[in-house]
Amino acid sequence: MPTRVLVPSGVLGLGFDREALARGVKMKPDIICIDGGSTDSGPYSLGTSTSKYSRAACKSEWRDLMKARDTLKVPLLISSCGTCGTDDMVDWMFDITQELAVELEQSLKVALLYSEQTKTTIIDKMDAQQCHALQPEIPLDANTVNACTHIVALAGAEQIQQALTLNADIILTGRATDTAVISALPIMRGDHVGASWHGAKIAECGALCSNQPISGVIMLDVDTTGFTVKPLAANAKCTPHSVHAHMLYENSDPHLLHEPGGTLDVTNAKYTQADERSVSVTGSKWIKSDRYTVKLEAAVKAGFQYTVMAILRNAHYVANAQLWLDKLSAVLANEITNSMQLSEEHYSLEFRLVGIDSVMGALENKTANPVEVGVLGIITAQSESQGEEIAKLINPFLLHYPLSDNESLPTFAFPYSPAHSRRGELFNFCMNHTMELTEPMDVFRIVTKQAGSHVES
Amino acid sequence: MSRAKGEILRDLVFEVRSKNAGPFWVTVDVFCGEPTAYARANQLLSAERVAKLYQLPLDTLKRFELPELYVLKFSFPRPVIQGSRFDRDMHGAQYSELLSELTLDVN
Repeated sequence: MPTRVLVPSGVLGLGFDREALARGVKMKPDIICIDGGSTDSGPYSLGTSTSKYSRAACKSEWRDLMKARDTLKVPLLISSCGTCGTDDMVDWMFDITQELAVELEQSLKVALLYSEQTKTTIIDKMDAQQCHALQPEIPLDANTVNACTHIVALAGAEQIQQALTLNADIILTGRATDTAVISALPIMRGDHVGASWHGAKIAECGALCSNQPISGVIMLDVDTTGFTVKPLAANAKCTPHSVHAHMLYENSDPHLLHEPGGTLDVTNAKYTQADERSVSVTGSKWIKSDRYTVKLEAAVKAGFQYTVMAILRNAHYVANAQLWLDKLSAVLANEITNSMQLSEEHYSLEFRLVGIDSVMGALENKTANPVEVGVLGIITAQSESQGEEIAKLINPFLLHYPLSDNESLPTFAFPYSPAHSRRGELFNFCMNHTMELTEPMDVFRIVTKQAGSHVES
Repeated sequence: MSRAKGEILRDLVFEVRSKNAGPFWVTVDVFCGEPTAYARANQLLSAERVAKLYQLPLDTLKRFELPELYVLKFSFPRPVIQGSRFDRDMHGAQYSELLSELTLDVN
């Protein structure tokens, strides 16, 4: 049975074209799907189990999607709630849903699909040789697992399909692959499996596969032979090139996409212009794997950070910034050892010269003469108080350190007071592994709740 | 075709972009736009030359030719894991600048 999927945007919180959404509603989709997460902004969200996007932005957009769902009476799904898709973030999304259900006077059945993993689950799987390292291989042992603040498994289509069978109005999903929330229903209704996954990959970033990337809203039609994608903003247009090229985006292999239970192979896909703005695709292939695996993501604590910033404007110092910094760094290492009895393996103090090579580091191959140079110092310490001590200790040197002994004391620009900023805890992504499951639901859990005005909250 | 001295890849192609492909990989896409530029870029951007630019062991660099899109694609493990202490570019989106500025003179 052909399936029509409305994708309002690449992620909740990024905004979308409201007129295009209204156009999408008129086209009577079978389901509305949006992603809520990504690892794109780094490990902090997963480390702390917090959303990268503002609650107000998410709520404002979710309100429009809940209204659209109420008009259509079709399921509304969000995956990877709150950026990282932890259990807390699924509950956070439920709280937003509950507030809106009351405000909009809707009475709803909500399914919550949880993806977070216990340390015991992971260690048991490791012991059973059912955790497999991906490339590049990151060493993983029980100590690392025990030091994680949060571990999530990425759900695939199967877990979302399980939630769909409950006939909920809204499904809030923990961490899932970007595509699974979109591919789940078409596959369940017997549409072409390769086309369902390929269409999902093309649609998962919303209108990024069109000539108007920030307009958001996309309609995906999947049937038993292929899929068609149509952007819904006025003047937005997909071309075979723009759709095909999207397969490259954030994907290390342009032909293959690994998902729980198999791999999408688009090597022989054919892209054709279906009408003025839509593109149809056939020839996508799904290769089922022998084992059912889900990918893991985990964050581990990696110390506490402070930053300091000084700016050199004096032309002599700008021209000799690297030399100045090399001398200063040696002095500071000495001062920290002497005053704090702290050796260099217990902390790090790294300076980056903004205007010289702060982005590329050792890879930089270009030189130029900047007007000014920002000296960004990043302190990573084992405790917050130690980090603050280092920041305060280096402060006067960073402000006044002279290139030579026989010159009057220079004073550089500190842009604010205090000159140091507390960055809080640092986290590292520490797993690049998959985990083998006997049944897709083995490590995922679904709970249903009522939301709405009649519910005491 | 005549060209100015010091011409770089950016002058030849339509777009060079890079982005993380998950926390452990970076991928760089070179959109050449048309067949002549693609043929030329394909010849210039050998795996060896790109690996050297990013200071990578050659066997860690994946190189893809997509003639139907006039695209060359390079993927490699991030030199530092995304968001770890020494990462300088959270989204990996500036790696493309090095390739973009690669001189078209092979020597």
